[in-house]
Amino acid sequence: MCLAIPMKVAKIDGLRAVVVSGGIEKEIRLDLLEDVRVGEYVLIHTGYAIEKLDPEEALETIDLIKQVYQAGRSGLPEEHA
Amino acid sequence: MVEIDDNLLAQFHDPRLALPLVRRLQDTVIKEPLRLMHVCGTHEHALAKAGLRSLLPPHMRLVAGPGCPVCVCPAGDIDLALQACAVSKVILTTFGDMFRVPSGDTSLEVKKAEGNDIRVVYSPWDAVNLARQNPGSEVVFMAVGFETTAGPIAASLLDDPPPNFSIISSLRLVPPALRLLLDSGDGTLDGFILPGHVSTVLGRTGYLFLETEYQVPGVIAGFEPLDLLRGILGLVSQIAQGPPFRVENLYKRAVSEEGNRKARELMARIFQTTDSNWRGIGRIPRSGLLLREEYSRLDAVSKFGLKYNQEAVDVLPGCICHLVIMGEAESEDCPLFGKQCTPRRPFGPCMVSSEGTCRARYQYRTV
Repeated sequence: MCLAIPMKVAKIDGLRAVVVSGGIEKEIRLDLLEDVRVGEYVLIHTGYAIEKLDPEEALETIDLIKQVYQAGRSGLPEEHA
Repeated sequence: MVEIDDNLLAQFHDPRLALPLVRRLQDTVIKEPLRLMHVCGTHEHALAKAGLRSLLPPHMRLVAGPGCPVCVCPAGDIDLALQACAVSKVILTTFGDMFRVPSGDTSLEVKKAEGNDIRVVYSPWDAVNLARQNPGSEVVFMAVGFETTAGPIAASLLDDPPPNFSIISSLRLVPPALRLLLDSGDGTLDGFILPGHVSTVLGRTGYLFLETEYQVPGVIAGFEPLDLLRGILGLVSQIAQGPPFRVENLYKRAVSEEGNRKARELMARIFQTTDSNWRGIGRIPRSGLLLREEYSRLDAVSKFGLKYNQEAVDVLPGCICHLVIMGEAESEDCPLFGKQCTPRRPFGPCMVSSEGTCRARYQYRTV
């Protein structure tokens, strides 16, 4: 029910916007956010952008997980390393 | 500039990166047994799909709490929608999940088969547009959801809907349910995985009562397998270290400290909180959203004189959805599960919605 899909903003017209992901285009509403710009990523739920997505934070999360991976790598069996 | 593309998202379900997280989880020394709870249907779906529970140490349980708004929508609310669709010239609209939820021996699906005009919409905005396109009809929107969905619904109601549009509000709030779980539980709940998309609205600060009033740890987690593993590890690490427990945000790419203030403002402008009945749980104080007096023209209940049926049966005999919703039983404990109750012919609400616990367990069950 609270499923939300990350999509990229392609076009903005007032409170309406067109977002894209994987070749799919969708018209959505921006009523719930301030200062959205073309090129930014937003989470779409029931036709509304509910929050912006921060790509830098996404990358940082993956980097943190990779640090755990690196730390644990030495003790892993060869096929998993 | 970093792109949030398939390449980046694929890393969030890379099994190689999961392995060290699982090992850390298994190596963390904690009291036994440990009982953690998530309160989000999308989390349940993701957990079941990736088979993450099989990676947890045997003394660690992650149970599903009341995280599916469709499952906790009581039969009385559905009965209001059933009454509305019987009114002349009414087009009843709702989200697809609601379509097959039982109320007694009927449902919206059955009513549609009987000839009533009931339509599934993807967005509340679509329901408003339907009203604009059909000025000779009355469009009623059955509004179901938690905070995530209440924001979009508030926005659509404040966008000057036509006079032939109204709603039945069955919107509910997550924090009062967390309070109830902690107040009424037997004290064996050791921590919460907090719902990622509800949290986009509430922010980390929306859960600070877990720290200040209950001293129970909570971690806001995203929906990819590694998000969830990291969330579980974060929670278990806190428990291993001991108090003071805190609310931690591990879904920072989507959830901010303060949440979505604008969404909360729009919700507060149009709705007020009210005590609300949850299927299988009962009344939870200040857990529902009701239209404010000044927006009563949008209220289908008063507009069409709908009467709340207190006698509507929430839990059919034999169904244990009420225990599954509270995390007190697993779907597999139910004698009906996968036999008399399947997604094709659901007996209880937890099998209906794609995010119901029983539905997710059934869909991704192992032989």
